[in-house]
Amino acid sequence: MTPEHFDVIVIGLGPAGLVACRTLAEKKISVLGLDRKQEIGPPKRCAEGLGLAWFKRAKLKISPEWCVHKIYGATLFSPSGSSVTLKSKKLQGYILERKILEKHLAMDAVKKGAKIIAKSDVIEARREPGRVFLRVNNGGEEKQYSCGMVIACDGIDSLIARQLGLNTTNKLVDVDSGCQYEMTGISGYDPAVLNIYFGTDVAPRGYAWIFPKRKDTANVGIGIGGMQKETAKYYLDKFIASRQGLAKGSVIEANAGIIPVGGFLENMAKDSLLVAGDAAHHVDPVHGGGIGIAMEAGILAANVAAEAVHKKDFSEKFLSRYNKLWYETRGNELKKKLRVRHLLEQLSNDDFNYLADSLTIEEVMKIASADLDKPTKLIILGKKLVKRPGLAKIMLKYLN
Amino acid sequence: MGAKNNPQKCLYCGGCVGVCPVSAIKLDETRIAIDNAKCIDCSACILICPVGANELVKGLKE
Repeated sequence: MTPEHFDVIVIGLGPAGLVACRTLAEKKISVLGLDRKQEIGPPKRCAEGLGLAWFKRAKLKISPEWCVHKIYGATLFSPSGSSVTLKSKKLQGYILERKILEKHLAMDAVKKGAKIIAKSDVIEARREPGRVFLRVNNGGEEKQYSCGMVIACDGIDSLIARQLGLNTTNKLVDVDSGCQYEMTGISGYDPAVLNIYFGTDVAPRGYAWIFPKRKDTANVGIGIGGMQKETAKYYLDKFIASRQGLAKGSVIEANAGIIPVGGFLENMAKDSLLVAGDAAHHVDPVHGGGIGIAMEAGILAANVAAEAVHKKDFSEKFLSRYNKLWYETRGNELKKKLRVRHLLEQLSNDDFNYLADSLTIEEVMKIASADLDKPTKLIILGKKLVKRPGLAKIMLKYLN
Repeated sequence: MGAKNNPQKCLYCGGCVGVCPVSAIKLDETRIAIDNAKCIDCSACILICPVGANELVKGLKE
């Protein structure tokens, strides 16, 4: 059997993989997208929030079909229950219906020339001289494909990159454990904003969230540090039981997932291989969001892959330009945010309460986006934290 | 020992696959397949599981 040949094969069709397929097809590169699941889209491992800026970056249309609810900002709740709300253009975005968005991304990629096959499990990926050879189980039938290179976008449970020699395994300390219910018939939250809850009792080393999809329907979830005594589900059930507006609601979908918040892979390229999305740990270390970042990485990987096809050079040396592009586009910013994450992990409930009461929401946002200017830093450290030298010391260590 | 997945609890998120240091776990659509010949009883899949679906069980390696 002669394997069917494509220039590039994208494995894993979530946001990163689908956008990579679309980008390659736009550039007239022959591309095949494979997904293990029987359906592109579900199950989501995601709270479905996407900021406005990402739509432009990912060349994504704002359509009511998948942008189901507009968000105008965020409300952060401290452990003591006090809250701050910020509404700004920068924080605006949409809650998506991801399963619909991903179907549309797939249709768009195919319209532009990509080929996509669901229920296709890659059982073997092997390098051969001048090509990568794939054995794929497509609904019980074995198919064989070959390609110049692979883009692995196969998520947190990525095994493809590992088969091709790039270790994508996560360390326990670098992941959060997440559990979420899509709930309906609920109340007691502000549907105009993302509702975020902090506290070591609520969510140790993480936070709980209510991401509204409608007035009475939301993704209610929790992410906790990777090595807690109890499971994420335990904390989520506790969070819901403690709030009347949630406790009376119904669960219409249960989701789980782990979130690679500990920083992206230093090297995301090997001979004939690039990695993007969760598989490359492409997640914002502060809030754990990854849809936008994954799509951005998918586009960059596709651009580099297209160049590689034209130059017929699939060596690690050539493909490594993806690493450089990534650092310039998003990586350096995420590195800074990783320091903010390490800061947040040091804070006690008491620290959180003190900061919530003494900092302005603008100051909080500057810290969270790793965008703290010198004058603000001086005010925070020199004035607001004078009575808390221990806390000031921690802040100083991580906010350089 | 060896690791075992409870399909009634499991939400098939693949989190355990993501932390398994020896690639002994695979997510097959709606089935977590654990290769206990490779398993090193490190408990990573148990500690990370969002819903407590994995456990170490004696005698799975024989």
